[in-house]
Amino acid sequence: MADIAATAAPSTQTTTLPARLAKGFVNRLVIIIPYLWLLFFFLVPFIIVFKISLSQTAISMPPYTPVLDFSDGISGFLAGFRELNFDNYTWLTQDALYFNAYVTSLVIAAISTMLTLIVGYPIAYGMARAPATIRPTLLMLVILPFWTSFLIRVYAWIGILKPEGLLNQLLMSLHIISQPLVILNTYTAIFIGIVYSYLPFMVLPLYSSLEKMDYSLVEAAEDLGCPPIGAFWKITFPLSLPGVVAGCLLVFIPAVGEFVIPDLLGGSQTLMIGKTLWNEFFSNRDWPVSSAVAVILLLVLTIPIMFFQQAQAKAQEQGR
Amino acid sequence: MKSLGSIRRDFAPWNDPNAKPYIQFDKVTKKFGEFTAVNNLSLTIFEREFFALLGASGCGKSTLLRMLAGFEEPTAGRILLDGQDLRGIPPYKRPVNMMFQSYALFPHMTVEKNIAFGLKQEGMPGPDIERRVAEMLKLVKLEQFAKRKPHQLSGGQRQRVALARSVAKRPKVLLLDEPLGALDKKLREETQFELMDLQQELGLTFVVVTHDQEEAMTMADRIAIMDKGEVMQVATPAEIYEAPTSRFVAHFVGNVNMFEGRVAEHTANATRITGATGAQIVVDNGGNAAAGSDIVFAIRPEKIKVSSKKPADAVNALEGEVYDVAYLGDMTVFHIRLDDGQIVRASALNASRVTEDPLTWNDRAWVSFRPDAGVVLTR
Repeated sequence: MADIAATAAPSTQTTTLPARLAKGFVNRLVIIIPYLWLLFFFLVPFIIVFKISLSQTAISMPPYTPVLDFSDGISGFLAGFRELNFDNYTWLTQDALYFNAYVTSLVIAAISTMLTLIVGYPIAYGMARAPATIRPTLLMLVILPFWTSFLIRVYAWIGILKPEGLLNQLLMSLHIISQPLVILNTYTAIFIGIVYSYLPFMVLPLYSSLEKMDYSLVEAAEDLGCPPIGAFWKITFPLSLPGVVAGCLLVFIPAVGEFVIPDLLGGSQTLMIGKTLWNEFFSNRDWPVSSAVAVILLLVLTIPIMFFQQAQAKAQEQGR
Repeated sequence: MKSLGSIRRDFAPWNDPNAKPYIQFDKVTKKFGEFTAVNNLSLTIFEREFFALLGASGCGKSTLLRMLAGFEEPTAGRILLDGQDLRGIPPYKRPVNMMFQSYALFPHMTVEKNIAFGLKQEGMPGPDIERRVAEMLKLVKLEQFAKRKPHQLSGGQRQRVALARSVAKRPKVLLLDEPLGALDKKLREETQFELMDLQQELGLTFVVVTHDQEEAMTMADRIAIMDKGEVMQVATPAEIYEAPTSRFVAHFVGNVNMFEGRVAEHTANATRITGATGAQIVVDNGGNAAAGSDIVFAIRPEKIKVSSKKPADAVNALEGEVYDVAYLGDMTVFHIRLDDGQIVRASALNASRVTEDPLTWNDRAWVSFRPDAGVVLTR
């Protein structure tokens, strides 16, 4: 026994210190790459935008001042740095327009997310319960709209929803309505556009969580005396919650900052933050204020993202 | 008193013509598209019986269980439970509970909540639920695991939670789909006896589906052997083993030697069989087969005696050569090649430590058996 112990002990140290360091370095490199990506393509642009948001508009190229550079040496840089202030953020609180735009965006995004969930859940459920042979086809059909330009698809809705559009023509020819419905350029049109555009982002995570659920759980619930509807709310829905949360955030986050859909379908009077930002940037050419709007938007959205990550960590901890 | 096997059974309602059947499958057929899973099957199960459906995968045994639970409706035929036709009654209204093969424990609920689930559906008052859950936890010895989630339990513990959950509602019938399939061998053997004790204690009717013949033999009062959607034989484990009615059943359960042959003649109290290769066999229980008909004589290995000399008093003795020997400790298995070429498997219980008549490879040997040692099969 002693012999075995004696020979076994050194053998565990055959991985020498340099070898272990090299292995550690490779491991660390793998982790570093995504962080570098985030640094260059998220943090650095964010710092630039943040800096612009602290500047003032100027009729110059670029259209704000100060421009921080070292052409005047360190002292010039520091002088410019001292000119930075939070005036633009104060400005955002003074004009109710911005606050209203943020609130409207959040409300529209929240309602749209709920609607997308209501439409998407049955679709995902049907797909997950479909025979395994046709599931890939159904999945393909959900992804298929991505093959056409997003802009073209939203434009197509104008043709459907406008007063003399396809929907009104159909309803009138069926004598369901006598006057064309006014849908285009209303919030309804925005909801339709967002639900339509973001549906795949809701369906896919829902499908993936429903599909891996063991159907015998539902059978077990029914066997124990639970009617199908009860079994859905007590078993299926709670177990699909990770998918519900993922889907809702994937719809909610981009919907808050959505610009194209409210612009094309919502008409001129809709006040969403994405459109406000566009106007500040392109119509007013006020880069600093639009940067401040963007920074606040980012902060508003970080909260749901953090919530999402926490929920995910919790789900992972539960081993599901 | 003579009896098949070594157990005397006092609980035998199936032999009582006045006993009321509890579960009745009446000419039940189940088709999935073109595939017939269960074919015109009739079966009767009695109250408090431990009934096993035994068969290879795809034989229709699980479909039968799922029809009883209400997850499938028969394509034709009726299923009666305590005289009531179950057709159209959804699973959640049937007084039967099922223990699933995968256990189907709700992963987002604690052990306690899992067990309480069915009771809550019933609308049982809270304090009663608590009492029943505590009782169930005690029954399956999981008191200290009440607050755990299923993924924090071992396989054996999960199995016991599933069991507790399915008996918590005191169903009229408990259905068990491969209840021990996911356990390792040692745990499985222990649990077999636990299940039998539990069934006795609660006085429930158990219907268990299994592909493991040892499991069925150990636990069940009666076994239905199934093949291709049909019941081949329904009988006690001893009858299944000692008196199979078909080649399939004889083959399916345990080891067996089959002699192809023909009934040569019936005498007053014996039947003489001529083997296809010339062996002469005399049996005293071959009365059902007509003289001249082709039959199979089936005999279990342990009913055959192997010796180096022809036993003086043997009615049936065939000569051959030792082809293979395997010493297994509790018994020794011989493969004897008879002079007509057939290989016979014989096993000898090593009841004593010393053997008078040792045999080895290529020895000349005789196999002998009593006239009532085997069965004559006509199908």
